Amino acid sequence: MHTLAHLLLALLLAPLVPGVINRVKARMAGRTGRPLLQTYYDLAKLLHKGSVISQTSGWVLGAGPAVSLAAILCALLLLPGAGTDAPVRFAGDFMLMAYLLGLSRLGLVLSALDTGSSFEGMGASREAAFSALAEPVLFLCFLSLSADTGSFSLSGMLGAGLAGAVDTQRLFLPVILFVLLLAENSRIPVDDPNTHLELTMIHEVMVLDHAGPDMAHIVYGASLKLWLFAALTVLSVLPARDMAAPAAWAAFVGGVFLVAVAVGVTESIMARLRMERVPRLLGGAGALAALSLVLMVWR
Amino acid sequence: MEFFGASLLLYLLGAVCALCPVGRELAARLGPLGALAGSLAGLAGILRAPVSAASQIILPWGLPVGSLSLGLDPASRLFLLPVYVLGAACAVSGAAALSGHGEHACRDRRGPHWFFFNVLLAGLCLVMAARDAVCFLLAWEIMSLAPFFLISFHDDEAEVREATWVYLVAAHLGAVCVIAFFAAFWAGAGATGFDALAGAAAGGRLAAPSVLFLLALVGFGAKIGLPPFHIWLPDVYPAAPSHVTAVMSGGMINVGVYGLWRALELLGPTAAPWWGWTVAGIGIAAALSGILQALAQGNLKRLLAYSSVENMGLVCLGLGLGLVGRSSGNETIAVLGFAGAVFHMLNHAVFKGLLFLCAGEVLHAVGSVGIAHLGGLGKRLPAVGALFTLASLGIAGLPPLSGFAGELVLALALLSGFDLPGLLPRVAMAAMLAALAGVGGFALAAFAKASGLAFLGEPRTPAAARAVPAGREAMAPLYFLAAVAALAAACSPGLLALAGQAALDFPGLDPAPARAALAMAGGVLWSVLAISACLLGFVAAFLLLRSRLLAANGLRRQPTWGCGYAAPTARIQYGSGSFVEPTAKILGLPMGLSRRLDMDAGYFPARGALAVASPDRIKLRLFTPLFEAVGRACDALKVVQHGRVHLYILYVLATVILLLAWKL
Repeated sequence: MHTLAHLLLALLLAPLVPGVINRVKARMAGRTGRPLLQTYYDLAKLLHKGSVISQTSGWVLGAGPAVSLAAILCALLLLPGAGTDAPVRFAGDFMLMAYLLGLSRLGLVLSALDTGSSFEGMGASREAAFSALAEPVLFLCFLSLSADTGSFSLSGMLGAGLAGAVDTQRLFLPVILFVLLLAENSRIPVDDPNTHLELTMIHEVMVLDHAGPDMAHIVYGASLKLWLFAALTVLSVLPARDMAAPAAWAAFVGGVFLVAVAVGVTESIMARLRMERVPRLLGGAGALAALSLVLMVWR
Repeated sequence: MEFFGASLLLYLLGAVCALCPVGRELAARLGPLGALAGSLAGLAGILRAPVSAASQIILPWGLPVGSLSLGLDPASRLFLLPVYVLGAACAVSGAAALSGHGEHACRDRRGPHWFFFNVLLAGLCLVMAARDAVCFLLAWEIMSLAPFFLISFHDDEAEVREATWVYLVAAHLGAVCVIAFFAAFWAGAGATGFDALAGAAAGGRLAAPSVLFLLALVGFGAKIGLPPFHIWLPDVYPAAPSHVTAVMSGGMINVGVYGLWRALELLGPTAAPWWGWTVAGIGIAAALSGILQALAQGNLKRLLAYSSVENMGLVCLGLGLGLVGRSSGNETIAVLGFAGAVFHMLNHAVFKGLLFLCAGEVLHAVGSVGIAHLGGLGKRLPAVGALFTLASLGIAGLPPLSGFAGELVLALALLSGFDLPGLLPRVAMAAMLAALAGVGGFALAAFAKASGLAFLGEPRTPAAARAVPAGREAMAPLYFLAAVAALAAACSPGLLALAGQAALDFPGLDPAPARAALAMAGGVLWSVLAISACLLGFVAAFLLLRSRLLAANGLRRQPTWGCGYAAPTARIQYGSGSFVEPTAKILGLPMGLSRRLDMDAGYFPARGALAVASPDRIKLRLFTPLFEAVGRACDALKVVQHGRVHLYILYVLATVILLLAWKL
């Protein structure tokens, strides 16, 4: 039961993360902003709506979002909580997590291509390109963590905090994971999630022709993915294992929302990068990750 | 062994019957029947005996050197498995394809075609079972020559003739090195039996084992399709009939891996530490360059060919890791590397076979496998579309299929590399793992492109809009392979245990820690299986939820939102070139994409043309100039070889006089 606590927490609280991001952005822009619980309302509304789907599409249009959400849920099964192990853990489980995120991406890409729209094809092609570049960076982060902790399982490598003295190379990791969070979740500076149309370049483009329950799968999946990356970022520095249970959970949830605030601040103070610049951002993150790995191995 | 013999006999019987002069219709039925029966007999033999059993027989042999000594051990059995499975599936698929009345049915040639198909299968089986160098080389030659006649089936097309020659040259340049390898080995050992060769290597009687290793690497690497010798794959696979391509990609190129495996086994303890790093480095480089070039292709079969380069690269990565582990005394890396190589080879065979048979159905229905001519086929050929997507998931290494399990075993071997002493090996292992992740990401993009652009969206041509599904006989082998893939996914820990048997058989491994490492990896695969079951359960639940909700709330169909554009056509969909454009901007060079834009200058160009092509740079820059130079040199010899008989007689006369003068 204890090991499932994190999963339940993520399932319940994940839609709050976009709410926090939007509230921070609104406040920084001097607006009141939409309610914190807006994503929950959206989900409830979408589940009670019918659907209008494209004449071009076949079964993939509906199956893609379902596979995508299921894959993210399974990836969450591998993520440890604050000081607790994940329900399923084994050596190399980070690879399963990365590939499950890949499966979830493929579901959305194929679902977007199923509509035959050139705009959605554009989003699909960008999603495929940028996440292929982000994948080695994510692996390098996990490898650095495992070189540091000596464990090949997410449950072992996360939550150990900064082992011993504060190592500078260890401090790279949350930064890199944060950049990956922005890239994988299509946030500014990689993509502008604000509009469903012309300003948006990747994620929201792919889901233009989805409605009703399919859209609910996508929105909930996106929230869970955001939670997953925020939790990774927090647990890469938070020494949750060495803390008492209530304090660890409080620090963990607080940390996740702190990451959400950081995303909101980043989105408020930056403009979206030009598309050509995105690979440079990921390349920089990758170089940093490789550097931190070499430093960890060398030690 | 009895079943193996029976399968060989059935193949030969099928080959003879296919040439039977009475009744072409009968011959065209008996040929594939022989291939099917032979494959099933062989499959029964493999499934019946425990995979670890070793057996050997020596038969009478009319030649002064070598012996007809055949044997089966775990490695032979596991490499024979895809030959039999694909042999059976492709015999049925080919029979259906060639008996049809489509434009590609060349009815008169079916007899010889099935003759060589059976000969190819028999040759493959002989190579895997040969326990003598001479016997191996003869079988190798049979197996290398037979595809020449199979690829040339549609030799009225210029590309097919060209590809056939490319194949012949590539196969024989490789064979030269293989022959040189065995000849040098023989010279050192003094006998041709594999036992004698291994004994000579173990006894330190080989002069330069590293030269032998390089000969084997080049010779077998040309068959595997390791760069720069991969250039025959993208030309040959699209040219050959699809059922032949499926056998070649899933059964025949593995024989190169098998040869390399056997060569390394024979060289045994003489292996230097750099061998393993070389094989692993070439493997991961092949994987990266293969998948990047696959991503660039606009022809489904060429895309699949480059994906074979990628997957064979991963297999070689496993083989190299095994060698690294063995030479550094780390049994975990060794056994997981070897087992991962065999496991990945088996996965690749099933998925690639299925993909090529699906591509064959697309070719049959539309008349083209160019992505620019396809689109929307998922609605017209629903079964082919679903199976292609399934196999794409598998070959991109995504859970829940067994492709992921294979890559995970390789990753576990790489992770164990953190136990190696020294900074450099550990950083190299980490770099290879990061490259493996990149390969995974690009494989996903490439297969999203292949299945998404060919089967989803709107048809790009009238031919694609008119596509009709094939009959039951043609679809049966596809369902069979899909069932094999599903079975492999459900039994992935068992498959790893099988692959582990071959790895444990590799000389120089300490069995106890190796078994422990295999058990650890098996446990990991059980956990993956549990997550995969959860995944399927979640997907089923969400789809059920979706259909309930839509039944309650209503579902309407409208045209796709065209962003306000009133007259969208199928041509404005994202296509092959545009889909990879974001990647090409960064990685255009390794992808081998060439792009030419002709457009009037100014803000409102009246005219514009864009040509995106993906030629093979290595072929274009290295092999084409090389062979042209050879051709020019041969042309220069025409001064003396001109075809005038009276001058030839003059040469004879001159030679005789010279010889007489020399003797006198």
